[in-house]
Amino acid sequence: MKSNEKVLLRGSEAIGEAALRAGCQCYFGYPITPQNELPEYMARRMGELPGRTFVQSESELAAINMVYGASATGARVMTSSSSPGVSLMQEGISYLAACEFPSVIVNIIRGGPGLGNIAPAQSDYFQATRGGGHGDYRCIVLAPGFLQESVDLTYRAFDLADEYRIPVLILGDGMMGQMMEPVVLPAFREDLPKKEWAITGAGKGKSRFIRSLLLDVHVEESHNWKLYRKYQRIERREPRSDSYAVEDAELVVVAYGTAARIAKGAVRRLRARGVKVGLFRPITLWPFPAKALAGLAESVGRFLVFEMSMGQLVEDVKLALNGKAEVELYGRPGGVVVTPVELSRILSRRYNAMRHEA
Amino acid sequence: MKGMKKIIGRPKYLKDVPNHYCPGCGHSTIHRLLAEVIEELDIRDRAICIPPCGCAVLAYDYIDIDMVEAAHGRGTAVATGMKRCLPDRVVFTYQGDGDLAAIGTAELIHSANRGESITTIFVNNGVYGMTGGQMAPTTVVGQKTTTTPKGRNPGVDGPPMKMCEFLAPLDGTVFLARSTVHSPKQIKQTKKYIRQAFESQLRDEGFSMVEILSQCPSNWKLSPVECCGWIEEGMIPQFPLGVYKQRQTEPS
Ligand SMILES: Cc1ncc(C[n+]2csc(CCOP(=O)(O)OP(=O)(O)O)c2C)c(N)n1
Repeated sequence: MKSNEKVLLRGSEAIGEAALRAGCQCYFGYPITPQNELPEYMARRMGELPGRTFVQSESELAAINMVYGASATGARVMTSSSSPGVSLMQEGISYLAACEFPSVIVNIIRGGPGLGNIAPAQSDYFQATRGGGHGDYRCIVLAPGFLQESVDLTYRAFDLADEYRIPVLILGDGMMGQMMEPVVLPAFREDLPKKEWAITGAGKGKSRFIRSLLLDVHVEESHNWKLYRKYQRIERREPRSDSYAVEDAELVVVAYGTAARIAKGAVRRLRARGVKVGLFRPITLWPFPAKALAGLAESVGRFLVFEMSMGQLVEDVKLALNGKAEVELYGRPGGVVVTPVELSRILSRRYNAMRHEA
Repeated sequence: MKGMKKIIGRPKYLKDVPNHYCPGCGHSTIHRLLAEVIEELDIRDRAICIPPCGCAVLAYDYIDIDMVEAAHGRGTAVATGMKRCLPDRVVFTYQGDGDLAAIGTAELIHSANRGESITTIFVNNGVYGMTGGQMAPTTVVGQKTTTTPKGRNPGVDGPPMKMCEFLAPLDGTVFLARSTVHSPKQIKQTKKYIRQAFESQLRDEGFSMVEILSQCPSNWKLSPVECCGWIEEGMIPQFPLGVYKQRQTEPS
């Protein structure tokens, strides 16, 4: 596949190919639907490219710890799974965060809790944005809304992971994984960053170690402060969002990923009828684009959060708006995918009720 | 001094610091053996240790090589990730019986079965040392621990797990041996096994493990000397010593 030329790719392939071009040297993973196409793609492509390692692990627990080991040596490394598997990875993600090991973790979310189903869902929002495992930590969380963005964000995820020495999560769902769209692929990275901190054997120098056991509470506290300051830096620099038809909007939908695609269709339909609705789409879920959203509240009095989960994204929206505007939730959990037509009906009902109140 | 020869000293790669191990504990002896073998094989530049969650978690304070601490039981998965990226390094895990034979069993078996070219130093003291002496997968039948106050009952707790025997049938394992550090003779034998395991890894043959029966005076509630008796009478009959597997390498 040539760089800088349009090619038609499936969602999972788009993520895989972008990762390989970003210099992803190792992939470790365990099968789970609806993301099997991604490890299958990596198994095939990594065999064709020089210097790549693919291991099908015995569990997600093992996969994330292989990620941990590979990352410790300075390699660019990725794993992917779906909700139940990502739950198993939480221990390892906590250790990755503690040791500041760069890593990229793709979660193709499915309906839950428990075994749930394999339909598109967004119910792992809290798990992703609040850390997910034990201890005070955050992961950068990216939520592409279309396949070109999957490519661009996956490519960028490896740079973010290295720059901040942090695990980066990419959230998608079965719909994003299966659909096909034309994308332009970036070139293969050759200038990968040097990692002075990597553990590669002491050579002739001083021996080094990386650990997360910090028995002295003051040492653990200062490590937590260091992490916290890093998270603050990320919160200042890295929030990203997109908006659509918000200029004169009276009601703005907040949605990400697949939900945002549906919402955009609904907004477009309503706009064609002169209904003044718009869309705000967080691209980074952590750091949450709170400032941009709060800015919108200068002109917009009412927000409707549309999420494929039950009351998760809405919490960040309320925190960002901090009482500046009315916030309502329209959640569809369990893997249900509403159509833009259905959502436009919901929206226009809310819109009319709102005008009626006014 | 003139006319005198130094016959024993601190190994070059054992840091000159007091360690935290209890008097009579086997871990410190094993650390010393590792430092000696690393020096003799001249692999300090290439050796990477993955210490466990367990009493040996602070191994990086004592042995002068690069280390990456693993989550409880995940050592061999971490080692897999490291060795796949650094195939010319000597990567070894250091694990207790809880770490290796309970919470980390799946990672161990699958790393061994894949024939990962790594070495595991398995310290079998029959209890969970770090957490205060609870039953381990290798606690022998009848042995009292804080969670088996009446002694291990195989009907309820299962019998002890024998890891060398367990791994021997796997094609990926190339060197498996069990020894102790309770006598000078056995300490020498253990050192030889560690050396053989590392040499096997240097030849990139596959998975190697040395299981070392090791004293734990504090949790066995025995004196260091009594511990040696317990190894003889309580443990060796359950965990026979010797080489369980050794791939015969073709002469090249
Ligand atoms: C996930 C998790 N569960 C439990 C523990 C607590 N823990 C720390 S070490 C250990 C077992 C120690 O026993 P062993 O592996 O036999 O090593 P030893 O201390 O005896 O050398 C346990 C249960 C932990 N650190 N992580």
